Amino acid sequence: MAATAKLRDLAPVIRSKNAGPFRLTFDVLFDDQAMYEHVRDSGAFTEKSVAAAFGVPESQVSSLFHFDAAMALKVTFYRPTDQCAIGETDAYGCQQHVPLMDLEVPAP
Amino acid sequence: MTEITVLTPTGSLGYGFDVEAFNRAMGMGPHVIAVDSGSTDPGPHYLGSGQPLVPRISIKKELTTMIVAGVGAGIPVVVGSAGGGGTNTHVDWMADIVREIAAEKGLRFKLARIYADIPIERAKQALRDGEVQRFEASFDLTEDLLDETVALVGQMGHEPISEALRQGADVVIAGRAVDDCAISAFPIWKGADEAQAVHMGKILECGALAADPGGMDVMVGRVADDHFVVEPGSTGRRATTRSIAAHSLYERENPFEQAGPGHALDLHDCRFEQSDDRSVKVSGAKIAHGEDYWIKLEGARIAGYRAICIAGVRCPTMIERIDDILDDVRREALDYFQDNSLKIEFHVYGRDAVMRGMEPEKQIAAHELGVVVDCVADDQDVAHAASHHASGEMLHYAYPGWYNTAGNLAFPYSPSDLKAGPVYVFSAYHLMKVRDPLELFPILLEEL
Repeated sequence: MAATAKLRDLAPVIRSKNAGPFRLTFDVLFDDQAMYEHVRDSGAFTEKSVAAAFGVPESQVSSLFHFDAAMALKVTFYRPTDQCAIGETDAYGCQQHVPLMDLEVPAP
Repeated sequence: MTEITVLTPTGSLGYGFDVEAFNRAMGMGPHVIAVDSGSTDPGPHYLGSGQPLVPRISIKKELTTMIVAGVGAGIPVVVGSAGGGGTNTHVDWMADIVREIAAEKGLRFKLARIYADIPIERAKQALRDGEVQRFEASFDLTEDLLDETVALVGQMGHEPISEALRQGADVVIAGRAVDDCAISAFPIWKGADEAQAVHMGKILECGALAADPGGMDVMVGRVADDHFVVEPGSTGRRATTRSIAAHSLYERENPFEQAGPGHALDLHDCRFEQSDDRSVKVSGAKIAHGEDYWIKLEGARIAGYRAICIAGVRCPTMIERIDDILDDVRREALDYFQDNSLKIEFHVYGRDAVMRGMEPEKQIAAHELGVVVDCVADDQDVAHAASHHASGEMLHYAYPGWYNTAGNLAFPYSPSDLKAGPVYVFSAYHLMKVRDPLELFPILLEEL
């Protein structure tokens, strides 16, 4: 089996935040062009793999982008609850990123 | 066109900035001081309640620095989305602070208030006329929801702010506005390229958060015909192509296409170039104008009244069976109160309070748990009684392996159960067509 690495060891910034009251967005920012391209092109960061990391159906993913200008990968979910509705756990959505830190990608 | 320089002191008024960086930026000859002051990000509470997001002391301190500098230099000061929610109540609250500053500092200037409350009837008429669109909300807007709505604002574009400036305002306190508008209004009024000004507004509205290192601090933008240049006010920060480009991602879903009132901004062909060690040149934004002008509505309604109890669990035998105990306590309390509106949630810190259904760690590894008992009901007293009842049940809950029969919860506070007041939720987050950009945003001027 090919060696894998965790995204946290390849990207210095992995963050989550609300994108409006009905979306939760995740940014993975790289500081190295080759590393960014390696992960972008690895096929490991997809709607399917990200949904699986969070244990949610792929249909919860609203969009996924590669943003070359910032060496960034971005994925957005429909929010699990509308912001601040009963059952809210994270009003700003900024502590939802950890499963992405642990996402397995092919080692560079 | 001559270059227009905008000084943005911070990412959100009241969150602080370095005065030395501010003074340094004033030395760069800004034409306007502009800052955003609100967001939906802290939730619908401020919109619904009319309470300010940032306390008065912080707002007054920062507004004083801005107004003294602005009036001194003969340049306008613009604040968008006053008070966090941008309701009329928020605008009046902030305008009072401005009057107080003028009196205390002996300053004379023209103050503009721009209101953004939308009459409920106006929104209902739009619904009936088919002039309301759903875009991101998880529900459709209905007349019933509008009847329940306690606060409804519209996000103004740059036009009402530009108009207030055209009428001679020195200080503009605007209600709910698209975040970038406070910053883009002056340059657009002076003839700047709209695409560049709006894109610059999207970066400057967060202050130096787009710098490296990022923070709540001063950012300066200079917009020219086909580009703009951004530079942090503090010499301890740099704008880098990466930090500025990365900001296009922040709190937004789509880094390439961003819609605003009456327009869509296209950032596909943006270029970010390091113009010197601390500043970045940005170009390539394009803007397209729609045939109709749609504004975003934001409404809040009361979903009930909350009471909470915070408690710690240290006993391993209780931690072992915490799910069963909490299920039982909830069932018992719901049965006791017989109130259909009552909802009881337990936030179990140490297990899955933060991520709930998305939490991948299914086993409890902690030696102690924090539990927030969260009761919401139509009646504040019912919520409070339910919180007290549920926490009391947990305190004395009997189970096999129950060692501490004196009580099995650690309360950090007395009273253990706290009334948290109304729970606001979004009741509108929809687009509404308007006749023109100024229609629903009245401008009131006064001489101070």
